Amino acid sequence: MGKKATAGNKGDKVRSDCYVSLELADSEGLDIHINSKTGVLYSEKIRALALKVLSHYSIENARIHIEDAGALDFVLAARIEAVIKQLKADDEAFLMPLIEENKTRTARDRYRFSRLYLPGNSPKLMLNAGVHNPDGIILDLEDAVSPDKKEDARYLVRNALRQVNFYGAERMVRINQLPLGIRDLEFIVPHQVNLILVPKCESKEQVEEVNKHIEAIKKTNNLDYDIWLMPIIESALGVVKAYEIASAADNVVAIAVGLEDYTADLGTMRTEEGVESFYARSAVVNAARAAKIQPIDSVFSDVSDMEALKQNVLRSKALGFDGMGCIHPRQIKVIHQNFAPDDKEIEKARKIYLAFMEAEKQGLGVVSLGTKMIDPPVVKRAQKTIDVAVKTGKLDENWMNV
Amino acid sequence: MKKYDKLISNALGRQVPTVVNGTEMVPYQGVGKYVPEGRRYAPKLSSCARFPDDGNKLVPGLKEALVKAGLKDGMTISTHHHFRNGDLIAVEIFKIAKDLGVKGLVWFPSASFPCHAPLIDYMEDGTIHHMEGSMNGPLGKYTSEGKMKGLGVLRSHGGRYQAVQDGEVQIDIAVIAAPTADEFGNAHGVDGPAACGLLGFALADSQYAEKVIVATDNLVPFPCIPWQIQGNYVDYVVEMEKVGDPEKIVSGTTQITKSPDRQLIAEMTAKFCDQAGIIREGWSFQAGAGGTSLSVGLYFADIMRKKKIKARFVRGGSNKYLVDMLEEGLTDYILDGQTFDLDGVRSMRENRGHVNTSPFTSYNYHGKGNFAQFVDVVVLGATEVDVNFNANVATHSDGYLLHGLGGWQNCLFSKTVILPIPLFRDRIPVIRDEVTTICGPGELIDVIVTERGIAINPNRKDLIEKLKGSDLPVKTIEELKDEAERICGKPAKPNLDDEIIAVIKWVDGTVIDAVRKVKS
Repeated sequence: MGKKATAGNKGDKVRSDCYVSLELADSEGLDIHINSKTGVLYSEKIRALALKVLSHYSIENARIHIEDAGALDFVLAARIEAVIKQLKADDEAFLMPLIEENKTRTARDRYRFSRLYLPGNSPKLMLNAGVHNPDGIILDLEDAVSPDKKEDARYLVRNALRQVNFYGAERMVRINQLPLGIRDLEFIVPHQVNLILVPKCESKEQVEEVNKHIEAIKKTNNLDYDIWLMPIIESALGVVKAYEIASAADNVVAIAVGLEDYTADLGTMRTEEGVESFYARSAVVNAARAAKIQPIDSVFSDVSDMEALKQNVLRSKALGFDGMGCIHPRQIKVIHQNFAPDDKEIEKARKIYLAFMEAEKQGLGVVSLGTKMIDPPVVKRAQKTIDVAVKTGKLDENWMNV
Repeated sequence: MKKYDKLISNALGRQVPTVVNGTEMVPYQGVGKYVPEGRRYAPKLSSCARFPDDGNKLVPGLKEALVKAGLKDGMTISTHHHFRNGDLIAVEIFKIAKDLGVKGLVWFPSASFPCHAPLIDYMEDGTIHHMEGSMNGPLGKYTSEGKMKGLGVLRSHGGRYQAVQDGEVQIDIAVIAAPTADEFGNAHGVDGPAACGLLGFALADSQYAEKVIVATDNLVPFPCIPWQIQGNYVDYVVEMEKVGDPEKIVSGTTQITKSPDRQLIAEMTAKFCDQAGIIREGWSFQAGAGGTSLSVGLYFADIMRKKKIKARFVRGGSNKYLVDMLEEGLTDYILDGQTFDLDGVRSMRENRGHVNTSPFTSYNYHGKGNFAQFVDVVVLGATEVDVNFNANVATHSDGYLLHGLGGWQNCLFSKTVILPIPLFRDRIPVIRDEVTTICGPGELIDVIVTERGIAINPNRKDLIEKLKGSDLPVKTIEELKDEAERICGKPAKPNLDDEIIAVIKWVDGTVIDAVRKVKS
């Protein structure tokens, strides 16, 4: 027996994952051991999948042990591929079928109120992420994955993009900081990722670098879909270069601010009120608006304090942000409800929009509400407010007929 | 004696024995179909002339009490489970029985817990022939592997009362561990080191057993008030150093779920009830002790606050969260069957709105009605549900006995029954073509709430109508099953033998299903 490779996670608290170890041999065929929490219910299916992956890589003699805690096929396959690749140089991927739901593309200006971070090496959290209805999910290859698990996570994230139904959430991946992040692109660009977050972005060259690799991969794989970028500004220099980054390329649809790293860079502490980051947040909002893209706020890290989160969202909205990150599903609802317009805003928007409809009907060129003239941008904003109110359930879809 | 005999197909098409441990059994016939006749069982007459004039029934120890009660081979010995995993009495009884060389006993607890695992040794050495009650953890495994000498019999809390009342089970000696008692045998659970709130599960035992022993570690002078158990039924009183382990009496299952997925299911459940018009002034509900059910209760409370309404009564298992609701005025009463934590115990001691109930008032088939029937909505768990809404709570999908029936079957008679469950657990889909064991017939189960959709039983046209146009994801149960199988793959069947190791009784005493041995 030769070198032993391992991948995955095990332990009492691990669920929906597995731990695979592999030793290649010269003879004696395949020796497959499965110890599954699902008992007899899935052991045969797991064995069949293991055989399929091994044969895909023409492995005929090996000892493989699978410690399974209810992993789905996409997880099992990712873990098995990860151990094989550690022992055998092979560029070939073992791809699970791409589900219909994950062939969707997203619009440049879709709502991005909430985006839920999911650690790239933890399958359990991926499975039900979509049912909590975030606007986007982020499969995170960067800070949420320890350096020794980066490669494991790449296989898992790739498979998740192909197999996990996120129920309409925009499929985002946060790649690693460049240059490490370049390798990540191979695992996500050909697999229907909608948006890529570029962390610790400090220049337009970094955006261009990412785009150059995306284009190359798209060309090799004959892909013609758009992949949006959301650079994350996480340093003093990044804030200074915010507009340059925001306008670096056509596919940059948003810029986000990352305050943990930013405050560290400033040499200060992050506070709930965020006085220390006021400038950075405003600068990012202003740069994004100047570049006509979405400004997105940082995550709020106290997952147990919903009232503090609400206050944070209201401040964020007041500063001009269009959305923020979340690290726990229970934050999603609070974010949606508070980024959404309040009752007063909705009422005002309703009146403006109805006045506009009335003016159109009567063929008037000018819209007026009472004695006030209404400018076109005001009508446009009212329309947007109504859209958001409908989307967040604050206004009935058929509000005009109610 | 054969463990079981004479298989027959019951009204649900399940093959069940009609003779169990030598006793004739009636196969399940349908909901409300079986109406037995005859008279209630009764123990022999007793006469106060045979008891001490001063009411002092103290004997020096449990062993003396058991000997005086005439403990002998083949007897049925009952215990209650109000101490949950902190019970010290059951194991002690059978240790004494073994020392006395008594064999072939039947243990008839109201439920069993992991702390009862040592009883496996007494099953192995023949002290215990078999048990009739819930078989969980190590006892469940032991039974599932076909190692118990007799057949296991699982009954609901109400079914246990029914079996005692109609004489299907005749208790020879009941041992009632009591947190507080006097020397006459009056006893309660609201005070003492092992305070557990109430003793309702021991009520039938006190009334119908031939001999009744009360064991306490908190002896008070007569009168022991309130006398949840009346000394007039009691033969002997034993003072012991410790009857239960207080820390384990307060069960750890009463934590609100932290899982966002389960919270979502709980929120959807509460929203469903609201949209169905169930949550209104004067309504009532019962939610089980699991984390998701507790969470549903909190969402109910939120909705009541918003609507400025209150419930007339809530059925417990009580715990801090129900007590908070009572104290906040969100319900007039808690009708409590068991208290799960010290807040529940305190409230029962102090609050007239927190009422001690028993399986007789709540669940009993031979009662002239019971409370469970008039609860507006009950929220329960299940390990599996089939496409006809039949559900399983007793066995895991791999066939092993996992849970007792508790009050689950009895609660199915409430006006609306909702099972909030994840669509799959550790890859194993919850909704199946066929459940491993039928514990409750689908006609009584109205709604399944999962994180990926809500299925309403097609029988409940009223609910389907009310939910038309709802923003909740209402789907068919087949759609949910397909979705689970698409995500998880279709599971293989559990590896089961033909041999039967336990039967599941329905609330009326008929046999609704049989549990097969797991092949090792």
